[in-house]
Formats: sequence, structure tokens, C-alpha cells
Amino acid sequence: MQIPSLTISAVRQGLAEKQFSAVELAQEALAYAQAENPKTNAYLTFSEERALSAARAVDEKLARGQDPGALAGVPVGVKDVIVTRGLRTTCGSKMLEKFVPPYDATAVERLEAAGGVIIGKTNCDEFAMGSSNENSAFGAVRNPLALDRVPGGSSGGSAAVVAQGTAVVSLGSDTGGSIRQPASFCGCVGVTPTYGRVSRYGLVAFASSLDHIGPFSRTVADSAAVLGAIAGRDPHDATSALHPVQDYVAAMAQPVKGLRIGLPKEYFQGLASEIGDRMQAGIDVLKKQGCEIVDVSLPHTEYAIAAYYIICTAEVSANLSRFDGVRFTTRSARGETLIDMYRNSRGEGFGAEAKRRIMLGTYVLSHGYYDAYYLKAQRVRSLITRDFAQAFEKVDALVTPVSPFPAFKLGEKTSDPLQMYLSDIYTITGSLAGIPCMNVPCGKTAEGLPVGMQILTKHFSEDLMFRIAHQYEISGGFAA
Amino acid sequence: MKLTEEQVRYVAGLANLALTEDEIHKYAHDLSDILTHIDKLNELNTDGVAPMAQVLFESGDLATLREDEPHAPLSNADAVRNAPVTGQGYFKVPRVIER
Repeated sequence: MQIPSLTISAVRQGLAEKQFSAVELAQEALAYAQAENPKTNAYLTFSEERALSAARAVDEKLARGQDPGALAGVPVGVKDVIVTRGLRTTCGSKMLEKFVPPYDATAVERLEAAGGVIIGKTNCDEFAMGSSNENSAFGAVRNPLALDRVPGGSSGGSAAVVAQGTAVVSLGSDTGGSIRQPASFCGCVGVTPTYGRVSRYGLVAFASSLDHIGPFSRTVADSAAVLGAIAGRDPHDATSALHPVQDYVAAMAQPVKGLRIGLPKEYFQGLASEIGDRMQAGIDVLKKQGCEIVDVSLPHTEYAIAAYYIICTAEVSANLSRFDGVRFTTRSARGETLIDMYRNSRGEGFGAEAKRRIMLGTYVLSHGYYDAYYLKAQRVRSLITRDFAQAFEKVDALVTPVSPFPAFKLGEKTSDPLQMYLSDIYTITGSLAGIPCMNVPCGKTAEGLPVGMQILTKHFSEDLMFRIAHQYEISGGFAA
Repeated sequence: MKLTEEQVRYVAGLANLALTEDEIHKYAHDLSDILTHIDKLNELNTDGVAPMAQVLFESGDLATLREDEPHAPLSNADAVRNAPVTGQGYFKVPRVIER
């Protein structure tokens, strides 16, 4: 079996034709991932026991003639901000270096119920805060396509394992672009579904009104299959949506002729030609398939980053207050009083970016500033969401770049946090609106670095988004 | 918007975060930069625009509530297992009340 290029359908076929058993596949996938991992540092923890026991369950079901599930035997990497019972979950933070969760996230439970085989936990920026994966307490991840460059962030490990071939699919989380941007840097598919489409139960909270779980894969079909398995209402998350889950894989087959695709002009102004040219090539692929290309405007785009960094940091400051040296593994040895123990544990346990965001969030929520910052940002969030609603009256979907530049060199952008924040411009708007959005590969720069194209649709229109992405893929768009 | 080191110390106190002098100096600079960018929002008139606290979808008032059915909670041993210091099934913290 060719571990690095496996797909879900290849695994299904291999199991059905008895080319390999699920246990054999798990063993080989683990051995391959362990051998390759030192190149990228993409996995933080391997879960051999858990993987083999999940694989044995798949083999037993097959032997009994039962349906082993849509993801049967598929080796999966799970971002280390998603909790796994009995399996260390660090969130990329020293604060949780030894944290072993007592329960499984709903997405993990559903993944395994569908036959998925979790082989390890993937590296990420601390508490999912970052755009380069350089904020992990356990070392940066290197981009498997260019080892001196970043894989993007915050789900850099989850993107890297799929690009490297050390997992068939993976789960990441996205708050402002943390799935789409690393997918674009590593040349894979990455999906941020509608807010509430996948339960957040067991996703360690970063910014609760913006956090999403979503899949990475090498083909559109594989992300569609994973989302189908993990999506849906969960009584453990009151914000999880009641809408029925569509059959995303079946929806992909329909042609896209006649669909209206909008290009928001704000996303193309001043775009560097190495990205702009690839975008044009990708758009031409859709045009050839019979899509009508329409210019649209999302006039409040330029305010998105300011609104996002108020809302997200405010929620961070509240969510991260639970890490106080009492319940979660790490306590400072210094501090005679309770308050000093809190302060020292947090000062020693959090990394630089987590502290920066806690500080900013605490400031914007502090006495006298709430109206000027948080409330104002929430009003602007309404305007940005309204922009999308108005655009979707004219078009079926939007297509935009994912990042203003391809993967950059390790260390290149760490000195200026504001510049790093500003690079999230194309992904943050969709996060604020809570609409489904995904990255699909869109050719490479002259240097051979992947470029990504973003497809965005209306709330709960994942079926349409996957359909466009799949039709684009099968007409050669990934190499556009 | 420029933040002084004094303001940074005050905010760090509110956040229960011990910062070194270097960090205070650095965050005063970083936060000032970011807040200056954030001032951009003042260009927008948002009078009469409702704040969006959450992505919400049409559904019945009680649709998102689950049945109030009893279920087994996390065991005491599981609940305290990750704590750095425990005793008798409780979390232990430095003394709060002077005797």
C-alpha cells in the first residue's frame, strides 16, 4: 500500500478486496508517520494503542459482515486542541504539557464511530493562536513542501501531516483562518464549515463565537466524507446546529454549469502577481466549466481585522482564565498567596502570543472600554455579515485568495505581531460571518510554493461548496 | 491609541498575569500598535446596527435545549486527576483565610 497517497476510497477498496487489514494499515501508517515525523515535527504524540484497538474493531466488523463505517480504517491526525480521552492533549502549551483529558470531543467520538483510526495528535500554535505554527511550546512545524518554511497556522501540524502523507485526513480548528491558511501553504484541501455545523464540545475554547472544527485532506471527496461523519446536532453544545446534515459526497457529482461565482473586488486590489496570476488561472477553470463570473463588493472588508482582534481577544481573555494553576496540571513553584500563585502559574505557563492576546482582550473589556471596543466590534461584525448576505443575493458562491503570500520562511515574520495579524485579512471575514469556506489548491508560484483559492457559500450550503470544489478539482484546478 | 507601561501593569493585574519588565515594555509597544489599527473602527457610523454576539439561526425558542435527564457525571477521581495538588478528593490551593 502507498501510505503517502492513500485516500478514503483507496482504503475502502483495499479493505474490501482484502489487500490489507485495518490493523496492518494502522501498523504501517504508524511506522511511516513515526519515521517521517522528525522532518516536520507535525505530530506531538502518537497513539499506537488507540489506533490498533480502533483498527481491530474495524477488522472485527468486516469479519462479521457489518458496515465498518464511512471512514473505516482511515488513518487520521487530530489537532492537539481537540480533547481525546486518555491521550495527552497539550494545546501546544507548556500550561497543558501533561494534561490527559477525561473525555472525548464529540468530533473525535463520531470520527471513531465511523471507523476512523486516530494515529496521533498534531502540533499547533499555542491554544490555536497564530498564523505560522511558530507559537507552539513544542517547537515550530516545518512545511513538508519546503522545510525552511512555515506550514501556516494555527493548524500547521494537521495541514503538514496530510501534505506529508503521514495521515490520510486530519482534523483542525479554525477561528480566523487556522484551517484554510495552512491548507493553502501546504497545498491541501481544508474546510471551515458553517459555525455550529460541527459540535465544539471538547474543542478547547479559544474564541467561542468563532471557533470551528473542520477537516484537512488531499482530495475534496475526503473532506466531504469526514465532515459528513462529524457534523450534526450535539446536545453537549447548545450552539451546534439543528439543520439536517447533507450527503456532501453525493452533492459533489453535479456539474457547476450556470452557477454564478462572485469575485469581491476588495480581495483582489493590490494582490501580488504571484498570487493574482494563479487566482486568475483558477477562475478560468471555473469559467470553462460554465460558471458565470460576476464582480461583487464586500464594502466592510477593511474593518474585519480590527473587529476580529477585539472579539477574539476578548473571548480569549475569558476562556483562558480557567488556566490558573488549580485544575490543569501546571502550577508555579513560586507564590505564597493564592493570587501570587495564579499570577505566576499563568506568567510561566503561557507563551508570548497567548499573553499578548489575554492582555489585549482584558484591556478591551476593562471598565470604560467595553462599549468603545467590544460592542463596537460586534456592530461591525453585523455589517460584515450583512455584506455577505447581500452578495449572496446576486451570486451562488464567492471565490477569493486565502493568503496575500505563499508560505514564508521560519522566523521571517515573528518580530511584528500586527503584520502577522494583518495577513489574516482574506480568511477572517468568513469566520466573522460564520459561513462555510474552504481552501482548494490553485497551482504553485515560480518557486514551487502552493497557492490556495477560497470558496465561500451561504450558511449551511456546504453541499454547494463541495460541489464547486470537486468539479474544479476534476477539471484540473489544483494544478491551475 | 498609545498604552503606557503603567496601563500595561494595571491590565496584567486584572488578567492575573505575572509579566517581566521586558514583557511589560514589549506589550506596551505591541498593544499600542494593535490598538492604533483598531481605532480604524471609529471611521464607521454604527448607530442603529445591532451587535452580533453569536452566529444565530432560525429555530424555535426551546429548540436548542435538551431534555433534563440525569446521567452519570465525571467521577471525582477523574475530575481531580489533572490537578497539580489535590487532597481528599479536592483541589488544594494556598491558604486564603488567615486563622
